[in-house]
Amino acid sequence: MKDITILAIESSCDETAAAVVVNGRQVLSNVISSQIDIHTLYGGVVPEIASRKHTERINQVIRQALEGAGKDLKDMDAIGVTYGPGLVGPLLIGVSEAKALSFAAGIPLIGVHHIEGHICANYIAAPELEPPFVCLVVSGGHTHLVLVRDYGSYEILGRTQDDAAGEAFDKVAREIGLGYPGGPKIDRVSREGDPEAIRFPRGKASGSRYDFSFSGMKSAVLNYLNTAKMKGQEVSVPDVAASFQAAVVDVLVSHAEWAMEEYGLDRFALAGGVASNSALRAAMADACQRHGAAFYCPPPVLCTDNAAMIGAAAYYDYIGGIRSGFDLNAVPNLRLGER
Amino acid sequence: MKILAIEASGPVAACAVLDGEILSAEYSIQYKKKHSQSLVPMMDEVRRMLDLDLKGLDAVAVTAGPGSFTGLRIGAATAKGVGLALEKPLIPVPTVDSLAFNLFGTASLVCPLMDARRSQVYTGIYDLTEGFEVLVPQRAVAFSDVAEELNALGRPVIFLGDGVSPNRAAMEDLLKVPYRLAPVHLSRQRAGSLAARAAMLYEEQGEACLVSADDFRPTYLRKSQAERERGDQRDFRLI
Repeated sequence: MKDITILAIESSCDETAAAVVVNGRQVLSNVISSQIDIHTLYGGVVPEIASRKHTERINQVIRQALEGAGKDLKDMDAIGVTYGPGLVGPLLIGVSEAKALSFAAGIPLIGVHHIEGHICANYIAAPELEPPFVCLVVSGGHTHLVLVRDYGSYEILGRTQDDAAGEAFDKVAREIGLGYPGGPKIDRVSREGDPEAIRFPRGKASGSRYDFSFSGMKSAVLNYLNTAKMKGQEVSVPDVAASFQAAVVDVLVSHAEWAMEEYGLDRFALAGGVASNSALRAAMADACQRHGAAFYCPPPVLCTDNAAMIGAAAYYDYIGGIRSGFDLNAVPNLRLGER
Repeated sequence: MKILAIEASGPVAACAVLDGEILSAEYSIQYKKKHSQSLVPMMDEVRRMLDLDLKGLDAVAVTAGPGSFTGLRIGAATAKGVGLALEKPLIPVPTVDSLAFNLFGTASLVCPLMDARRSQVYTGIYDLTEGFEVLVPQRAVAFSDVAEELNALGRPVIFLGDGVSPNRAAMEDLLKVPYRLAPVHLSRQRAGSLAARAAMLYEEQGEACLVSADDFRPTYLRKSQAERERGDQRDFRLI
């Protein structure tokens, strides 16, 4: 079979990214232009600023991806682009650019679901991995426990009912003075803290047992800090960070274990920005070992928002016959499995 | 000079193809449908109707801003994508200039008013009697400032743009010069005007009016709310 080469574009949040991917698994280039320095000034991603920066950088990022792959636009079999979920302003830049490229170069267009992209990052990292498997997608905007039945076929077992896990990390990090982005900072500080110093509640969602809730956990940390302040007690930032992180990891791992038990699958994958968290990786690897399941987790560069993962997802859409029209729009609340 | 013009800065999504002296196509939609859904399908329709070989284009004209932040970026990213794919330069045209060009040749002054919200308009003042003379370049101001300048100039004026209707009462109250409103077919952004103004710029300036698709970025004339508030905070601390 002929190789399928895809140019992929991702701009759903604050990373402007483009990649060239062959057959969904082989990454020829993966360019990520991060705006994190700018948004750090504001303590979080400012959509209007992100949209402006995407507009300024997108052509250079795409050009770099093509040059890095040693390819021309005309060598592409398709253009894959994230069209949701995400921030509408940023999404529109990638979508508009991809449609224009598709129009002007006569190359088929494929709108890709951002979360599908995160899941498919595992196909790049582990060439042997095939569905079915269970995947936990955790990032700044998403917390989904997903049953991957087949390529392009997903069942959401559980999702967060309030904050995403990464969002909770950001908010707690801000409160204990670590700043933005919270995930990596809490991860680092936690190594010096005692994860059992404070017992924060393990948040329980009211819906499906697979659903998550992190806002209660976050409030518990804030209460702890306020109480200590009122009593004039000193607070150990490493202990708070480590204890909070332990609570989040506990919840994530226990949900994953239930899914492994119920569905009896021997493959489990992590995905999303928070999958880079070292405590989560270690705990999930242990859990998989207990359940005799193979554990998959992409390297950090494929966990963060990137376009290679979009290229992987676009490939399976491509061979599944999916094509998008020039009327493709950004869909900020796009649900997994929807088109 | 063969130009594809892309306009999405305001309430209209539009595209046009100008081939030398001939405006081969002009397609304009003002409807509740989003620009992101309509713009590229319109361009594709124009291509098919004209049997247009895109490689034969010399440049892509695009409204450079100001305008709706999102609309500007849809136009910008679309133009940048076409420019990248075809390796063709862009000709950015200030939005208010492009809008004023609708009324090229009129003896009155021309004053486009784009609704900029927050009680302001994006506007400029033009004398288009013989050439393209910008008396006051585009900026964001309150209509009362525009009225004052027009009164000082003391000449009849024609208003156009989607900022006209929110300011009808203010016109009645503040203006001391005769004024008229452009008819509907000339009162909004037009891709044909954008293309024609871009061609004129190229004629006057040559390659100096070209911007690479990679480098083009819209002119917003306004900071984002977050940047403004951050600036404000700093000011408070200074006090």
